Amino acid sequence: MSTDKNLKRIIIEPVTRVEGHGKVSILLDEKNKVKQARLHIVEFRGFERFIQGRPYWEVPVLVQRLCGICPVSHHLAAAKAMDVIVGADKLTPTAEKMRRLMHYGQMFQSHALHFFHLCSPDILFGFESDPAIRNIIGVARKYPALAVQGVMMRKYGQEIIKVTAGKKIHGTGAIPGGINKNLSVAERDTLMKDVKQMMDWSLGALKIAKDYTVENLKTLAPFGSFDSNHLSLIRKDGAMDLYHGNLRAIDAQGDKIFDHVDYQKYYEYIAEEVRSWSYMKFPFIKQLGPENGWYRVGPLARLNTADFIDTPEAEKARKEFMAVTNNKPNNLTMAYHWARMIELVHSMEKIKELLHDKDLQGRDLVTKGKRRDEGVGLIEAPRGTLFHHYKVNKNDQIEMANLIVSTTNNNEPMNRAVQKVAEDKLSGHKITEGLLNNIEVAIRAYDPCLSCATHAMGRMPLVVELFDARGIILDKKEKR
Amino acid sequence: MAKPKIATTSLAGCFGCHMSILDIDDRILKLIELVDFDKSPIDDIKEFSGRCAVGIIEGGCCNEENVHVLQEFRKHCDILIACGDCATMGGIPAMRNNIPLKECIDEAYRNSPTVYNPKNITPNDKELPLLLNRVYPCHEIVKIDYFMPGCPPSADTIWQTLIALLNNKPLELPYELIKYD
Repeated sequence: MSTDKNLKRIIIEPVTRVEGHGKVSILLDEKNKVKQARLHIVEFRGFERFIQGRPYWEVPVLVQRLCGICPVSHHLAAAKAMDVIVGADKLTPTAEKMRRLMHYGQMFQSHALHFFHLCSPDILFGFESDPAIRNIIGVARKYPALAVQGVMMRKYGQEIIKVTAGKKIHGTGAIPGGINKNLSVAERDTLMKDVKQMMDWSLGALKIAKDYTVENLKTLAPFGSFDSNHLSLIRKDGAMDLYHGNLRAIDAQGDKIFDHVDYQKYYEYIAEEVRSWSYMKFPFIKQLGPENGWYRVGPLARLNTADFIDTPEAEKARKEFMAVTNNKPNNLTMAYHWARMIELVHSMEKIKELLHDKDLQGRDLVTKGKRRDEGVGLIEAPRGTLFHHYKVNKNDQIEMANLIVSTTNNNEPMNRAVQKVAEDKLSGHKITEGLLNNIEVAIRAYDPCLSCATHAMGRMPLVVELFDARGIILDKKEKR
Repeated sequence: MAKPKIATTSLAGCFGCHMSILDIDDRILKLIELVDFDKSPIDDIKEFSGRCAVGIIEGGCCNEENVHVLQEFRKHCDILIACGDCATMGGIPAMRNNIPLKECIDEAYRNSPTVYNPKNITPNDKELPLLLNRVYPCHEIVKIDYFMPGCPPSADTIWQTLIALLNNKPLELPYELIKYD
């Protein structure tokens, strides 16, 4: 909120939805120089309080209702926390592999959705192109083959979720200590049929993202970019692992801040700052403090933290990706898209590997051990590291819940990106719809859950109002 | 004749119902042939451009802005469909209705094990819409014509409903589509 009477205020609303609307506010001085730019998250739900008292086995199906776009991530993070509660320290091979297949299916559909439905209009038509065609329908008209690919790839991911979780959205597959079904031979064979096609399309999408980034590196490199720390889970041997691992955080130069941290103690390393102007908190690495400890998560961070990827095509792509920044961490906001497509390929390689694994037809689905009263589950969701933490009482009821969702981790980075693009692109200019889309492009790179909503179908609805210091509207633009 | 228009929105939902609309997969291309999308996440139309035949609402109302959007939909749509459990009865977000709002807020911004709040702030800014005392299903705010249960309703349910409406035929859903979790 501005107390300075000479500042003009621009509102972009709704930016999109995170289980509600996000919104950008920009304050300009008389010369249209940007004084402040913020991304506000305007909705509040209260999950952490209202699930208290519910039985713990309900939680994996309950909390996924946080998000219908990547429900599998919440389903699995909660199930992993409940594994700890029921003492299932090592799942049966069938259970772990079924969950992994579900997760890679989710990663595949989510990344395909973001790339084809959301981001491709910006790439194919340009950031400041006509908003009337800058959406998925425009893509379908001009590049029908590409649009169909996007639809079919997302469908394939959703089919994997259906046969592993029972339902495409808000499934029930993962339970405390394991899984409630295996993969039938018929289900496996149906999925097998499309493996080659999906692999080819994934590599095609990777090529589009890579070529676009490399060819436009000069203009994309400074776009909403800044140095930051990066955080993700990492496998014991340093490989990228989207389902399980320990926490690794590195700084902008690649030096380790902490490494192989057991995530059961995540709260000793991560804290979240409350600010008055957003319902979304601002996480930071405790030892560095709120000023310097903020970090990025998601595909870019995962590419930066990983020592290698354990599937051949994705590893080849990772090497090309890292070569652009001389094997130092890549801090370019727009490199998220390329990184995301490398993960798309990796997920497809993993899906293929798992479909050939006989363990998926196993019958040993659930395990348990010594009951505990506290458990933490982390997973690398499509948008980044997702934290679920629960305490359970003797009556099996939830007593405490703490959730740090992927997009929350990227709160400070998205705000930095908004501020940077506003300063670079808007300062001193007459504000146009196209210029404002630049801000949305920067937010979109993070694929925040606040964008997977409305954004999920390629739209960023937008009303911009320019007020003078007395709150009188000077100018109003609507994006249609 | 001009194609009928459809508008959609997500209020206090999780966007899962909209994802289920997307799960009609390649039938979406056929849908674009049958209808035009007005105000909806599928395009860039922010305000209603005219009268709509059908409005699909996901989510109930948890803040003042949700109420405003829902009223706009009622004003501009001939038929309003409450799509999914949140729109029809508040759904999971309505679990907060039994708990004082302050307790929910304190849990997130004061009591959480990772919270850092030295100034004891509660988010409160003119950019943040006011929260309602509880979460309301859509029919408690405006008149709703059809209710589509499910969390989310399946893509086939949504597809068959739209096709029945567009063809002015009664909707007959097989048992598999009206059986839930």
